[in-house]
Amino acid sequence: AAGMFLRLLSDIQWRAAHPKWRRMTGSQRSTSTTAEPHPLSLPAQAQVVICGGGIMGTSVAYHLSKMGFKDIVLLEQGRLAAGTTRFCAGIVSTARPVSIELKMAHYSNKLYQQLEQETGVQTGYMKTGSISLAQTQDRLISLKRIASSLNVMGIPCEIISPKKVSQLHPLINIHDLVGAMYVPEDALVSSANVSLALATAASRNGVQIHERTSVSHVTIQKGRVTGVETDRGRIQCEYFVNCAGQWAYELGHSGEEPVHIPVHACEHFYLLTHPLQEPLSNSLPTIVDPDGRIYIRNWQGGILSGGFEKNPKPLFTEGRNQLEIQNLQEDWDHFGPLLSALLRRMPGLEALQIMQLVNCPESFTPDMRCIMGESPTARGYFVLAGMNSAGISYGGGAGKYLAEWIVNGYPSENVWPLDLKRFGTLQSSRTFLRHRVMEVMPLMYDLKVPRWDFQTGRQLRTSPLYDRLDAQGARWMEKHGFERVKYFVPPGSDLLDLDHSKTFYKPDWFDIVGAEVKCCKEAVCVIDMSSFTKFEISSTGDQALENLQYLFSNDLDVPVGHVVHTGMLNEKGGYENDCSIARLSKRSFFMISPTDQQVHCWAWLKNRLPDDSNLVLEDVTWKYTALNLIGPRAVDVLSELSYAPMTAEHFPSLFCKEMSVGYANGIRVMSITHTGEPGFVLYIPIEYALHVYNEVMNMGQKYGIRNAGYYALRSLRIEKFFAFWGQDLDAFTTPMECGREFQVKLDKGMEFLGQDVLLEQKQNGVYKRFTMFILEDHDTDMDLWPWWGEPIFRNGRYVGKTTSSAYSYTLERHVCLGFVHHFDEQTGEELVVTTDFINQGEYEIDIAGQRFQAKAKLYPFSSLFAQRRRKDDVELSGYQRE
Amino acid sequence: FYLTPPQVNSILKANEYSFKVPEFDGKNVSSILGFDSNQLPANAPIEDRRSAATCLQTRGMLLGVFDGHAGCACAQAVSERLFYYIAVSLLPHETLLEIENAVESGRALLPILQWHKHPNDYFSKEASKLYFNSLRTYWQELIDLNSGETTDVREALINAFKRLDNDISLEAQVGDPNSFLNYLVLRVAFSGSTACVAHVDGVDLHVANTGDSRAMLGVQEEDGSWSAVNLSYDHNAQNEHEVERVKMEHPKSEEKSLVKQDRLLGLLMPFRAFGDVKFKWSIELQKRVVESGPDQLNDNEYTKFIPPNYYTPPYLTAEPEVIHHKLRPQDKFLVLATDGLWETMHRQDVARIVGEYLTGVHHQQPIAVGGYKVTLGQMHGLLTERRARISSVFEDQNAATHLIRHAVGNNEFGTVDHERLSKMLSLPEELARMYRDDITIIVVQFNSHVIGAYQNEE
Repeated sequence: AAGMFLRLLSDIQWRAAHPKWRRMTGSQRSTSTTAEPHPLSLPAQAQVVICGGGIMGTSVAYHLSKMGFKDIVLLEQGRLAAGTTRFCAGIVSTARPVSIELKMAHYSNKLYQQLEQETGVQTGYMKTGSISLAQTQDRLISLKRIASSLNVMGIPCEIISPKKVSQLHPLINIHDLVGAMYVPEDALVSSANVSLALATAASRNGVQIHERTSVSHVTIQKGRVTGVETDRGRIQCEYFVNCAGQWAYELGHSGEEPVHIPVHACEHFYLLTHPLQEPLSNSLPTIVDPDGRIYIRNWQGGILSGGFEKNPKPLFTEGRNQLEIQNLQEDWDHFGPLLSALLRRMPGLEALQIMQLVNCPESFTPDMRCIMGESPTARGYFVLAGMNSAGISYGGGAGKYLAEWIVNGYPSENVWPLDLKRFGTLQSSRTFLRHRVMEVMPLMYDLKVPRWDFQTGRQLRTSPLYDRLDAQGARWMEKHGFERVKYFVPPGSDLLDLDHSKTFYKPDWFDIVGAEVKCCKEAVCVIDMSSFTKFEISSTGDQALENLQYLFSNDLDVPVGHVVHTGMLNEKGGYENDCSIARLSKRSFFMISPTDQQVHCWAWLKNRLPDDSNLVLEDVTWKYTALNLIGPRAVDVLSELSYAPMTAEHFPSLFCKEMSVGYANGIRVMSITHTGEPGFVLYIPIEYALHVYNEVMNMGQKYGIRNAGYYALRSLRIEKFFAFWGQDLDAFTTPMECGREFQVKLDKGMEFLGQDVLLEQKQNGVYKRFTMFILEDHDTDMDLWPWWGEPIFRNGRYVGKTTSSAYSYTLERHVCLGFVHHFDEQTGEELVVTTDFINQGEYEIDIAGQRFQAKAKLYPFSSLFAQRRRKDDVELSGYQRE
Repeated sequence: FYLTPPQVNSILKANEYSFKVPEFDGKNVSSILGFDSNQLPANAPIEDRRSAATCLQTRGMLLGVFDGHAGCACAQAVSERLFYYIAVSLLPHETLLEIENAVESGRALLPILQWHKHPNDYFSKEASKLYFNSLRTYWQELIDLNSGETTDVREALINAFKRLDNDISLEAQVGDPNSFLNYLVLRVAFSGSTACVAHVDGVDLHVANTGDSRAMLGVQEEDGSWSAVNLSYDHNAQNEHEVERVKMEHPKSEEKSLVKQDRLLGLLMPFRAFGDVKFKWSIELQKRVVESGPDQLNDNEYTKFIPPNYYTPPYLTAEPEVIHHKLRPQDKFLVLATDGLWETMHRQDVARIVGEYLTGVHHQQPIAVGGYKVTLGQMHGLLTERRARISSVFEDQNAATHLIRHAVGNNEFGTVDHERLSKMLSLPEELARMYRDDITIIVVQFNSHVIGAYQNEE
C-alpha cells in the first residue's frame, strides 16, 4: 500500500528531466539494497559532501550550488526523497511562534512557488491558505501573537470569526470555536517532488548525486573534517553536511570522535481517505485544530489528517533496527483520539471511506526547535536535522541558511535559537532524548504560554545547594540542563501549581517575586547562580593577555583584581558572547558568561586561540558554586563573615579578590551582581558551598537576608536596562547599537575582532538602537502581559520587536527592551537611528494585537533608585559618557 | 448494605502484590517478566498461603500456593520452609559444603533465597531456629550422601516435599522443651496443607503438586486466541488415577471404606497433603503424642478423633507429582491457584481473561483496514467500543486481582457484575465460607523474547 501511495503523491515525470542520475525504471522501484551497477563512480574528493537525499540534503545542495560552490557530492543511502520526506504531509505553514522559524518557512513558501517554473518538475504547489482554529480564549491569544508577527513581516494574515471559518471551509463544525487565524498564502506541495525538483536543479548546477550509497562514518583529524567513508569508497572533503534525518544522531556517533546531534524519532500517524462523493476542491484551505491536536488538508478529493497525540510512541531509541520505515504498523487504537477529534471537527466525514493510516516517523529535538550549524568539536562538520515534523515548511529556508553558513562563515540571520551549539553532550543521552521527545511531540499543539518549562530530563545538572534550596520552597526552571531557581514559595502559601502558572496574564507568583525584589532593594538576597559558564585562561607569558585583547572589545590590560565587562565580538562587531572577565594575575583570567555559552564560547575560543601548550583554556564551570549577594546589606554580611573591610574604598566596584568567608578559604569575591544593584558574587569551590551558604544565611539573618530566584533578577536587570546575551544581544548586535560604547576601547592600542565595524558605526551611526520602553496605559492586573517578540510601533509604523520584558516593581510598570530601526517611509530602506529619532517618537507595543502606549528611553532611570552605589556609578557613567 | 466500587476495590486489592524482574542494563534476560499475586479470604483467618522467591545459589525462581485445612498452621509452615528444602536439594555439593562450613565456623551464610513477599506474608520468628536445625540436618545428610551426580530438578522437588513432611512429622513426635514451640509443631502436624509449586529456570518449567491446587499454562494460539494447558493433576476423588493409587496401597478389604462421599476415609478432600498426621501415624503413636502433649491439644476433639476404618496407615502422602514443560514463545503465562478459584471458573475462561488482561485487548488483534471498505464513522465506533473494554481491564493493575474480580463477580454472561461483587464481598464472616472458599492466585508472566532466544540457541 505504501508503494501505491508513493505513486499517488509523486509524479514520475521528473525522472526524464535529468538523465545524469536517472538509472532506474519504474519496475525497479523497490527499496531493496541489492547492489546494482552504479553508472557513476564516486569521486575521490569533493569540497562538500552532503549525506541525506531528503528535503534538507537536497535544499542544502540546491543553495550551495546556487551560491557558486561547484564541487558538491550528495549521498543518499536509499532513494532520493524516500524517507520521512516522502511521507510528509506536504503542508507549508508560516504560522510559527519562533521568529527565525517563521522566516525560514516564509522563504520556503516563496521558493517552492517558483520551483516548478525554475526546474520543470511538477511540485504540486497549491496556494490554499491555512486556518488555525481556537477552541479557547487562551488559544486565540496565542494565535493573535503569531498574527502580529506575521503582519509586521508583510505576510498576509487575519484573525477571523467562526462564521468566516465556515465560509472558507464548508465542512467545519464551528460551534465550539471562539475564533481562528487565517493565513491565505500558506500552501500545499508534494514534498517528495519538491525535494526532487531541488535535486534536479542542483544536479544541473553540477552537484553529483549518488543514490544507494551509505556513509559509514566521517573522518576527523585535528578537529577538522577530512573525509567520508562510504560503502563505495572514501571521499576526501573539506565540508561534511549531516542531513541524515532520523539517522543523524547515529551518523554523528559513528565516527571516532562523536558529534552529538540530539534528535529522536517518534511514530507519526496520518489518515488518507478516498475522495468524497463530491470530491473536495484542491484549493480548500488546510485546517489546523491544535486544541483537537489535528491537522486536516485536502488530498486527491478526499482528506489527509494527522496530529500530535498526547502519548507519542518514540522509536529507534536503540538505534536503527530491522524496522524499515516502510514497514511500520498502522495503529488504529493509538489514532483513535485523533479520529474522534477529526469527526468532531468535520462530522460530515462519517461516511467517508478510509484508504490508509500512514505511520511515518518524524524526528524531534529536545527544545522543539530544529538543529543546524557546525559541530563545536569538528570544524567543517555541519548539521541540518531535527525538523520536529515541519521539514517541508523549513526545508527551503533552513537549506539556505546552512549554505550561507558554509559559504560565508555565518548565515544572514541570527540563527542562535537553532544552533547545534546550544546543546552539549548532556542532551545526547538516549534516555534523555527518548523521554524528552515524548514531551516535545504533544507540545507541538499544546498551548505555549510565557515561561513554560520542560518537565522531563530534569535534575541533570544541579548546584550542591539544590536540596537545601528545594527544601526552602524553590521552584525550578532549567537552562542548558542546569536547574535554576525561579522563585521561592514562602511556607504556607503553596498554592502554586503548574496549571495556575499557565497564563498570558498576571501570573500567580507576582507577589512572591515582588517580595524578593523588595528584599534585594532594601536588605540583601542570595541567588544561586552556579549555572553560569566559567572559564579560566592562563599562560606562561603574555599570550593570554595578547590573545584576549584581540578577541574582546574592552581593554583587558587592567590592574590585577579588576573585573571588566566586555563583549566577545565577531568580525562584524556582533556579540558572540557577553562576559565579565576578572584578571586574577598578570597571566591568568577568569571569565564568566551566560549558562548556554558553555559549548559555543568554548568552540569560539578554541578555534581562535593559537595551538600553544603555554596557553591553557580550562572550563571550570563545575568547580565553583556561585552565590550572588544582592542588596545594600550584602556588604555588611560579607564583612562580618570575612573580618575584612568591604566598603567602597577597600573593595571598589568591579573588583575581584580571593578571600576567606567563614572557615572557607579561597573564595573568589567579585563586586558585580548582574543586576545593577550593589552586592557581590561569591565563586566558591564546590566543597565549601554548603558551608558558605549556611554562614551567609546565618549571618544574614539580622540583616533580613532571604533567598531569591531568577525572576527577581530578571525584573531587576530589565528595569536597569541591562541587556542579556541570548535574550537581547546576539551575533547581529554590536555594542554601539545597545549603548555599550563604553565597553569598547577602540583606542586600546591593539587591534581586536570587529574593530573596523565599530569604528565605522561610531563615525556613521547605527541602524538599530536598543531602547527601553515603559508601558503607560497597561493594566498589570487586567491586561495581557508582554513576553518578548512583540512588535514595536513608532508613530504608527513598525520599527522593531521587543527582546525581553518584565514588570518593574520599582516603577510599578511593565518594562520592555527591544530594538528600534528606522525604515524609510517610501523605500523601506534602513536608515541611521539617531538619539533624536528615538526621543521624538510616539511608541506603542503590540501585545497579541492590542497596542499599548509606551515611553521610550535610552538611559535607565537613576533618580528612582535610591540605593545606587559605586558599581552603578561606573556603569551608568558609562552610558552617560556616550 | 452496599459496597461502593472504591470499597470493593480496597477489599480486592488489600493483599495484592506484584514483582517485576529487574532489568539489567535495560534488558531482562530472565524468562520471567514478573508475577502478580493476590489472596481473598473466606475463612477468618485465611488458611491459604503463597510464596515466591528467587534462588540465589542456583538459577531459577520458585512460586507456590498452599491451601491449608484444619487451621492454617501447616500451610504457614510449608510456605516458609518448602522453598528452602527445594533450594537445598538443588544445590551442588560444593555449595552445600561451603554453607555447612560457614555455619560451623560461625561465618555469614550465603543467602539461598530472595523472597518476594507481601507485607502480610509473615514468617514465624519463634520457630526459625527449630526450622533451621531441621534444614541443616537435611543438608548434612545430603553432604554425606554426595552422589556426585548433577541434581535433577524433578528428583529435588520430590525429595524436598517428602523430607519436609517427614521433618514436620518428626518434630511433632519429638516435641520441644519450649511449650509454645511444642504446641506449634503439633498444630502444624495435625493440620494439613496442599502445595502447588512451580520452578522456572530458563525454558524449563517444573510444577510439583500435592493436593488439589492447580497450575495452568496460558497459551496464545496463532490466531491470537487463548487456551489453557494443565500442568498439574488434582489429587482428589475426581481423579481416577488417584483413587486407583490409594486403593492399590491398601488391602482389598478396605476398598469400600477408603473413599466415601468423594473424601479420603470419608473425611479429607485432598488425597495428598502435608501434615495431617491423623492420616499418617499409627493409632498408638497418635494417642501417645496427644496424651503427652499440651492440654490444648487434649481438649481438642478433632485431634483426639481417630478416623473411622483406620487399619493400615499411612493413608496420605506429601509426595508430589512433577510435570516438566519446556516453555515455548506462545506460552505467555502461568496461573497457580488454590481450589477456591477453580471451583468458580473454568480454566479456559481463566486463560482468556488473564491473556486479554496481560496483552491488552488491542494488542491481541490490531485493526488493519487492509482491502476492506471501512468508513471513518465505522472505525470510530469500533475504536470507541474497544477503548471501553480496555478501560474496564485497567481498573486492576494486578492480573491476580483481575481474576479474583471475575471469579467472585461474574454473572451468567461472564462479565463482572458490580452488584454481585458487592454482595459477595460484604457477606459476614460466618457466611462467607459457605459461598466461597479462600482464593489465592499467582500469575507469572513469561518473557517471550527471551524464550524465543533460548529456542533459537537450541
